[in-house]
Amino acid sequence: MVRTSARTSRPAPPSRHAAARPSRWRRATPWLYLAAPLIMLGTFTYVPVVSMLSYSFTDWDGVSPDRAYVGLDNYVRLFTRPELFSVFATSLYYLVAALVQIVLALYFAAVLSFETRFRSLFKGVIFFPYLLNGVAVAFVFLYLFQPGGTLDQVLGLAGVDAGILWLGNPDLANVSLSGVSVWRFMGLNFVLFLGAIQSVPSELHEAAMLDGASRPRVLWHIVIPSIRPIISLSLILGVAGSLSVFEIPYIMTGGSGETKTFVIQTVKLAFQFNKTGLASAAAVVLLVVILLITWVQRRIVPEERTPSA
Amino acid sequence: MTVRASLTALKYLSLVAAAAVVLLPLLTMFSTSFKTPQEMAEGDILAPPANWLNLENYRVAFENGNMLAAFGNTAFILLFSITGTILIGSMAAYAIDRFRFRLKKVVVALFLVATLVPGVTTQVATFEVIDAFGLFDTRWGPILLFMGTDIVAIYIFLQFIRNIPVSLDEAARMDGATSFTVYRKVILPLLKPAVATVVIIKGITVYNEFYIPFLYMPSEELGVISTSLFRFKGPFGAHWEVISAGAVLVIVPTLVIFLALQRFVYNGFTAGATK
Repeated sequence: MVRTSARTSRPAPPSRHAAARPSRWRRATPWLYLAAPLIMLGTFTYVPVVSMLSYSFTDWDGVSPDRAYVGLDNYVRLFTRPELFSVFATSLYYLVAALVQIVLALYFAAVLSFETRFRSLFKGVIFFPYLLNGVAVAFVFLYLFQPGGTLDQVLGLAGVDAGILWLGNPDLANVSLSGVSVWRFMGLNFVLFLGAIQSVPSELHEAAMLDGASRPRVLWHIVIPSIRPIISLSLILGVAGSLSVFEIPYIMTGGSGETKTFVIQTVKLAFQFNKTGLASAAAVVLLVVILLITWVQRRIVPEERTPSA
Repeated sequence: MTVRASLTALKYLSLVAAAAVVLLPLLTMFSTSFKTPQEMAEGDILAPPANWLNLENYRVAFENGNMLAAFGNTAFILLFSITGTILIGSMAAYAIDRFRFRLKKVVVALFLVATLVPGVTTQVATFEVIDAFGLFDTRWGPILLFMGTDIVAIYIFLQFIRNIPVSLDEAARMDGATSFTVYRKVILPLLKPAVATVVIIKGITVYNEFYIPFLYMPSEELGVISTSLFRFKGPFGAHWEVISAGAVLVIVPTLVIFLALQRFVYNGFTAGATK
């Protein structure tokens, strides 16, 4: 969206303004079109953000008419009570998964940017999981991870008979769940990278190839640097995403024990334990963290535009 | 040359491995959906079903799993939220690109900043807003949320509207058309490719959404495909053949759309993600 602000400075169509007297009605016209979008934007984005901020300083339970101002108590509790803070440890699994996901996506995008048999078939297969319904994905993997399920049987064919509790073992559950997240979201990174690689001018690498550079070297020294903006965007989205994980662990394990993520905890605080004040404080923290990450990204990659595929 | 040959072999090996990782979980689910409870009891998950035409599990999923109502509710929500998103997004883009007015920069900034607010974080307070309107546990709550917060759609419309020559608007204006006629008769028809893109990405996003319908429509008869499928977990908990049928039912429409409209799907999601 960076381009929007630059483009809007373009002068509006001259004839209209030259010909017509700027009547009051004329000036109101754009607002007629903007009324509905702005009202929706205010009602469903800005009002909630402001009221969430105000709840976060109270002990409101979400139901009763009265609430007491408690200052920063909720925030202090968030950062001092270990059971509330531990959810950030869960995010680390997803953070690592996000990195793995980006590396894999880069690899497959690089590979498929060359002449390959069944290229569009492979592209489609790798991208497809991204389109799938999260609940269906969760069930597919619950079935896969079951004791004696698909994964165990496939491993059995390979001679491994470990009887691993993929979801039942607390040390392993987050690894399995973040693996599902890689399976599900890698396709988008992959398609973005592939589009970016293909929009790198081909003279660039052809020249390098003529100079005798090998394909991997061309990839590393020419292609990767020229798609850096999209890689950094993906990293930022990955970090933000690893903090906002909800669906997969909530459906697969109910977000119990070790697998509880920040968002699952917030939702449970708000809607199960009626601690709207505390939940709001948690949501504010997450919002601030994500805004900070985005701000850092905009600083690192200031005006560079990500090439659109 | 041998190095190159082995590199090529490695490349295809890794591609086939990736395809297997993607497809194996889906295919086992697909084959399970045709199995009988007796076959399930034998426990050989990788074995194909005895009868690929055994649709009993699908019947159960439809009749006891509420899937028919779920598809109906999803279609209803899709229809209204997509239409709303298109109207709101194209009107906002029209106003921003084709008019000069004070506070335009502020308006654009308001939309920009909103893209940074992750929806999951604000639900605690959004819930109160929906509740205050009396829209909790109705289909209109999610519909409003889906159409009210789609800045990606506005962005896609903005990109397309810029490529429509202003001279077209002017010609229509010369003939006495009002700004609304220009919007309806000139701009909207020329925005068809953008509309197609928005329909596809919005359609797939809304179809897959779990969190919002789960929070705002707890009633069972208001289940959409995500929430109805989620509820399979209780009554069919041990009946993986029925759960599989439900999951396949949910996945098949996505597969059909993807195969039919591949190019739009790729373009739409890449345009949406790099906003």
